[in-house]
Amino acid sequence: MNIVVTIKQTFDTEAKIALDGKGGIDASGVNLVINPYDEFAIEEALKLKEKFGGEVTVVSVGGDKIETSVRTALAMGCDKAVRVDDPALADADEWAVAEALAKAIAKLPYDIVLAGRIAVDDGSGQVAVRTADALGIPSVGSILKLDVDGDTATVTREIDGGTELIEVKLPAVLTAQKGLNEPRLPSMKGIMGAKKKEISVQTLADIGLSAADATPKMRAPKYSLPSPRKGGKVIPGEAADAARELARLLREEAKVI
Amino acid sequence: MDFGLTEEQKMVQDMARNFAEKEIAPFVEEDEENHYYRREILSKMGDLGLLGWSIPEEYGGNGMGWLEAVTALYEIAKVHTSWRLAISGNCWGPAMTINEWGTEEQKAKYIPALISGEAVGSFAITEANSGSDVGSMKTFAADKGDHWLLNGSKMWISGGHVSDTGLVYAVTKEGGGAKGLSCFIIDYNNTPGIERIPITKKVGMWPAPTSELVFENAVVPKENLLGPQDKGFQICMWMLNNTRMGCATGSAALAAACLEGATNYANERTQFGQPIGKFQMIQQQIAEMKLEDDAAKFLVYRAAWLKENKLPSQQATSMAKLAGCNAAVHSANMAMKLYGSYGYSTEYPCGRWLRDAKQFETLEGTSNIHMGIIAGIELGYQPNR
Repeated sequence: MNIVVTIKQTFDTEAKIALDGKGGIDASGVNLVINPYDEFAIEEALKLKEKFGGEVTVVSVGGDKIETSVRTALAMGCDKAVRVDDPALADADEWAVAEALAKAIAKLPYDIVLAGRIAVDDGSGQVAVRTADALGIPSVGSILKLDVDGDTATVTREIDGGTELIEVKLPAVLTAQKGLNEPRLPSMKGIMGAKKKEISVQTLADIGLSAADATPKMRAPKYSLPSPRKGGKVIPGEAADAARELARLLREEAKVI
Repeated sequence: MDFGLTEEQKMVQDMARNFAEKEIAPFVEEDEENHYYRREILSKMGDLGLLGWSIPEEYGGNGMGWLEAVTALYEIAKVHTSWRLAISGNCWGPAMTINEWGTEEQKAKYIPALISGEAVGSFAITEANSGSDVGSMKTFAADKGDHWLLNGSKMWISGGHVSDTGLVYAVTKEGGGAKGLSCFIIDYNNTPGIERIPITKKVGMWPAPTSELVFENAVVPKENLLGPQDKGFQICMWMLNNTRMGCATGSAALAAACLEGATNYANERTQFGQPIGKFQMIQQQIAEMKLEDDAAKFLVYRAAWLKENKLPSQQATSMAKLAGCNAAVHSANMAMKLYGSYGYSTEYPCGRWLRDAKQFETLEGTSNIHMGIIAGIELGYQPNR
């Protein structure tokens, strides 16, 4: 089975987010990790490989600094990787990233594409779905369970108030939700082996796109941090009166009830 | 000169940190309270290759050396100091010593299980009346022709009563002092005549088992002598020069845990309308901790680098151990002070840090012994090995 996993490098979830002077996010000194949802996708890919044999290829878009995350995926057990790196992708939006991923994937043999449900940094949740669209294949989001039989995948996905069972013909893009599995840690043997595995670095031209093809359609000119939390409020008086006042404040000031 | 980690070392660091957060951190408080040794953590470490440093791959070694080992150990010890012992107890103690001094048969028989975490390792030097003065030990191994007969006892042995394979140092030449000791490989599960008694009354390191071992006509096969007979002191000092890195790294990591905790607390705790970190006296505490912690960490890395490059490292190892120990005790002390009343509560980790820090002043060479090694080498009274 030929399995493709797309990954994104994100900030460590415990990182303290700070802004630079220009309204952008200051990435200096931040520990960078594989997007946690993508780790579920990697684990599921490795399980499929253990069951059916074949190869797992990691595909990602980004510069040199994402190499450690790609290498970590290889250390976990993926077989090889493609990293699409091009100056024209420096400010890529979800659309451009998905176009690049799809072109890179299209060059590979693939039976199934796994991705994280969402990236924990910008949380757009667009890339995997757009990639499926660009490849002209179906996608199923937020899967909690996956069974593959021949060219059919049976997945359980989370819906409001319950779960849904879906059958989908492969190839398809499936996105991993928390609960799908427990991602393994790379072993020392895996880390040692990862340096011998191939990471193919490809430019836009290599995958058949021009810089103009990857011009972003969106940009984020400014980020802002949540306003600092204000101190609590003590409502004095008898319990019954205080409760009445609390209910009024929640309704009229906080507007939460 | 490069102070950065290689890509591979960074992966080792991330992996060890994730391992410690996932497999050790959730049990810290519970295991502290119950003085519980969670055996499966060792197995998991073995599965992931965290016990196989500087060991040939044919015996299960992970293909990595000292710099990677201290990087991983640091992350583990930062989460729970007790678990630093796994790497000394299995890898740097018995496995590495057998690999250096053992026969091919001994290596093939004992190293793989120590590296995989299938066996719990240990090493036994100290006795009730023989600590720093190793040559004064009394446990005697009598040559009975086709076997050795061990009599005597060992005290304060890390992992002693849970150990499957361990090294035991004993006298083989009466009155020979340091020149009359030998090292034996003990298969605890198949050696009659050994009583193993848990030591439960310890100030700290609660989830790490410590034991008294009593040998009463324990029959040890002839082929379990490790290295040349009567060269046990030399083997012991060689081994300690490696296992002491566990103390050096573990103490530096403990100091870092104290600093991290204290820093977070100083930023969160508000008094007189501002975070206490804004007060100069708190800043002095943070600055002192940071200075000592980093110095200890860099000394650990230098000693590891010397070992990796097979250069004399004894003085550097003693310096790393002493600096780490001083940083840990001082940082733990200051963290408790900085946390105020909460620091004195067992709901917070300060008590554990302080309890665990104090061990380092004694274990694997007291601070005085290390002072002596550092000065002795500096003054030219002894070689730097």
